[in-house]
Amino acid sequence: MTNSIREIEGMEVIFIIGSNTKETHPVIANRMIKAYRKGAKIIVADPRTVPMVKFAEVFLKLRPGTDIALLNSMAHVIVKEGLQNDAFIREKTEGFEAWKNSLEEFTPAKAEQITGVPKADIIKAAKMYGGSRKAGIFYTMGITQHTCGTDNVRTIANLATLTGNIGREFTGVNPLRGQNNVQGASDAACLPNVYPGYQKVDLPEVRRKFEQAWGVPLPPKRGLYATEMMNAAVDGSLKALYIMGENPILTDPNQHHTIKALENLEFLVVQDIFMTETARHAHVVLPAACSFEKEGTFSNTERRVQRVRRAVSPPGEARDDLSIIMELSTAMGYPMDYRSPEQVLEEFGRLWPALAGITYDRIKSRGIAWPCPTKDHPGTEFLYKDGFAKKVPFVPIAYNPPDEVVCENYPFVLTTGRNLFQYHSGSMSRRVGAIEEHAGEAYVELNPADGGKLGIANGEMVKVSSRRGDVEIKARFTRRVSEGTVFIPMHYREAAANVLTNDALDPDVMIPEFKVCAVEIVPLEKKAAKEVTASAK
Amino acid sequence: MVSLTINNKKVSVPEDLTILEAASRNGIKVPTLCHHPQLTPFGGCRLCVVSVKGMPKPVASCTTTVSEGMEVTTSTPEIEDLRKLVLELILSDHPNDCMTCEATGSCALQELAYAYGVRGEAYPGERRVYAKRDGNPFIERDMEKCILCGRCVKVCDEVQGVEALDFTYRGFRSKICPSYEDDLDCEFCGQCVSVCPTGALTGKQWARRGRYEGVREVDTTCPYCGTGCTLTTHVKGNEIVRVSSKPWTPNEGWLCVKGRFGYKYVSSPDRLTKPLIRRASGEFEETSWTAALEYTAAWFKKIREKHSADAIGGLSSARCTNEENYLFQKFMRAGVGTNNVDHCARL
Repeated sequence: MTNSIREIEGMEVIFIIGSNTKETHPVIANRMIKAYRKGAKIIVADPRTVPMVKFAEVFLKLRPGTDIALLNSMAHVIVKEGLQNDAFIREKTEGFEAWKNSLEEFTPAKAEQITGVPKADIIKAAKMYGGSRKAGIFYTMGITQHTCGTDNVRTIANLATLTGNIGREFTGVNPLRGQNNVQGASDAACLPNVYPGYQKVDLPEVRRKFEQAWGVPLPPKRGLYATEMMNAAVDGSLKALYIMGENPILTDPNQHHTIKALENLEFLVVQDIFMTETARHAHVVLPAACSFEKEGTFSNTERRVQRVRRAVSPPGEARDDLSIIMELSTAMGYPMDYRSPEQVLEEFGRLWPALAGITYDRIKSRGIAWPCPTKDHPGTEFLYKDGFAKKVPFVPIAYNPPDEVVCENYPFVLTTGRNLFQYHSGSMSRRVGAIEEHAGEAYVELNPADGGKLGIANGEMVKVSSRRGDVEIKARFTRRVSEGTVFIPMHYREAAANVLTNDALDPDVMIPEFKVCAVEIVPLEKKAAKEVTASAK
Repeated sequence: MVSLTINNKKVSVPEDLTILEAASRNGIKVPTLCHHPQLTPFGGCRLCVVSVKGMPKPVASCTTTVSEGMEVTTSTPEIEDLRKLVLELILSDHPNDCMTCEATGSCALQELAYAYGVRGEAYPGERRVYAKRDGNPFIERDMEKCILCGRCVKVCDEVQGVEALDFTYRGFRSKICPSYEDDLDCEFCGQCVSVCPTGALTGKQWARRGRYEGVREVDTTCPYCGTGCTLTTHVKGNEIVRVSSKPWTPNEGWLCVKGRFGYKYVSSPDRLTKPLIRRASGEFEETSWTAALEYTAAWFKKIREKHSADAIGGLSSARCTNEENYLFQKFMRAGVGTNNVDHCARL
């Protein structure tokens, strides 16, 4: 987030696109509702009638994967109406004219054809966002998990740049982080192309700095992204994998491919708190402590570094990940001996100035948001207050359909995500009795009209198939989804959405297209009947 | 700004404040039951009544705004008698079973009864009896303990935007329920539980796990989404028995169903407790930490020698801490010798 969560309260316009905020970030939704009570206007763009729509002045129910057409058209309207921020464009940006010309074709009428959103609503939303200088954009994986994920984000950046809605209090661009410490894991550089603090591994002077700090020569080329590792395991070039606290069998796209990858490895070690679907394929399983059993810090979606404290001790011989890594590294001939987690954070801060001012003592009652370069720095609530390192470029973005589109054999668009009650692969939330009792059953959201066409009743079992696999799942009729679109939450191993999803990748950042694939749906009983007839023949 | 006196103390406050807020800002405590600083005022319980010079009757300080020259007295014998009367009336229709009540020790009603020495014996008579229990798995609703303060109704509407609860019926039969008196079927954020001043709303999974005796509080950060809510874990022995959050945290004390009720996995019998190695038979066998880590290191070294360090990859976790993630990538880069390290930021 370029803003803090607190700043949501001061926004005039809140534009939520590709984020089911009320279910996936419920307490951020509380803050949005607080802003709404103070008079903020809310725009929601989503293929489903998500709960935040209740508070929306405009709801843009777009077809999955058509975000670029919608956003470019909003920019088109803003320019046509003269609502752009001319001073900001003049002083801080470049490439405006060429980009402006690229918008010409994205008339609201054309965008309506592509997105299915009435043009009057596109115009209304554009005027609302473009007419405010205290507007925030909020998005999550609905924007990023596409083959055009990077372009989707660039289109959002263009919109914010056009209106100058960035770099001030109460206005900015806010990707909401889906996991407790996905911000921190990225900052700490569990990424193949950068060292801690986003310092590029292929820059020789950066590599020398880290070689000096860590006392060994370091590899000069970027490594493999997670999705590439699975491909490398399948083709045999990756032989061993060390997985700490992840469950790719449920969270990676195209489950059959992931299982094939893991089974093809010579050696797999999984460090986790439960025997996950992934751990079952391991050669060594290491029992870890969970977050309530150890000391450390998480960085939340607003870059706030906050304390994690030990409330209880781990069960049996389970150990915190820090001590496991240290001992393993020492056994590999690279000794590590930190006396406390804080010593690790200190080393991290020495190598990345943004964290240098954060100590456990300073964050004992309230976290501090980075950048925080010195011990007396208060932290940074919103980014780009002092401008940008260079001129912000406007990037023309073309609209292209998703990798997989509907066809005769696969006539429905499947989109995936989370629901309010469960979390990710469910290894934690599905072991909470009350949650499992209330939301323990997999389902596919289906428009009642589609249900009628399939000749099924609400609650009947159906078989959902894609080019990659099939699942048997209960149909849940709801007008949340439009006709032709269906939704499956990703949490349920017994009907895993990721058996179906497409592992086509965004070429820039290798993110898979979880949000759009083509599927077929048939009633389970009829299918069975068909098979009986077929085998009788 | 307006100037007024409260208990003969001259104070100056913004003009849109209530008498209660003005008193509170100046360190003067007025007893309340239905008032909650994060919700709009209700004026239902009449416990916060104060005397204002020139007004014929005591006024509710939570709903009366300040005005220039106002002279307020927050405690007089007449007002204290009124407060005592209100408490007597509330307790006359209350189970008074503090012995087994989950809220004991954190109950606003209990504290006031204690402070005023009220036992609820002054007005014997009929009591509300509600035998039916709510069948949802998260929130216990014991409506016999409800004092009709309306905080749950307000928080569900104003903060959560859900409107799952409201007042029904009238007079003695007044009751707070979901529509048609059904079981709750809401977001189960438990905001209502957190603002309930009595034991009317509690977490079902808290029941008889621990109240105050032997319970420690440890503040930490929620392990679920990226919002990063501050949780207060209530720990008894080696078990988390309850999770709450304080109003001055970055999340203003609000939580969601997972943050508030989703902690039970920690003590799940499924937790892994010993390192495991897969034997030739394909079965996992328990082993020691030393054996497991030496075996792992030996495999990594063998693959590095036979192929290269780039034949090894590491997937770290957005669930783990900054420190663990930092060390994991350092291990992969400096200990193993590869940049093949990633996590689930995209997944």
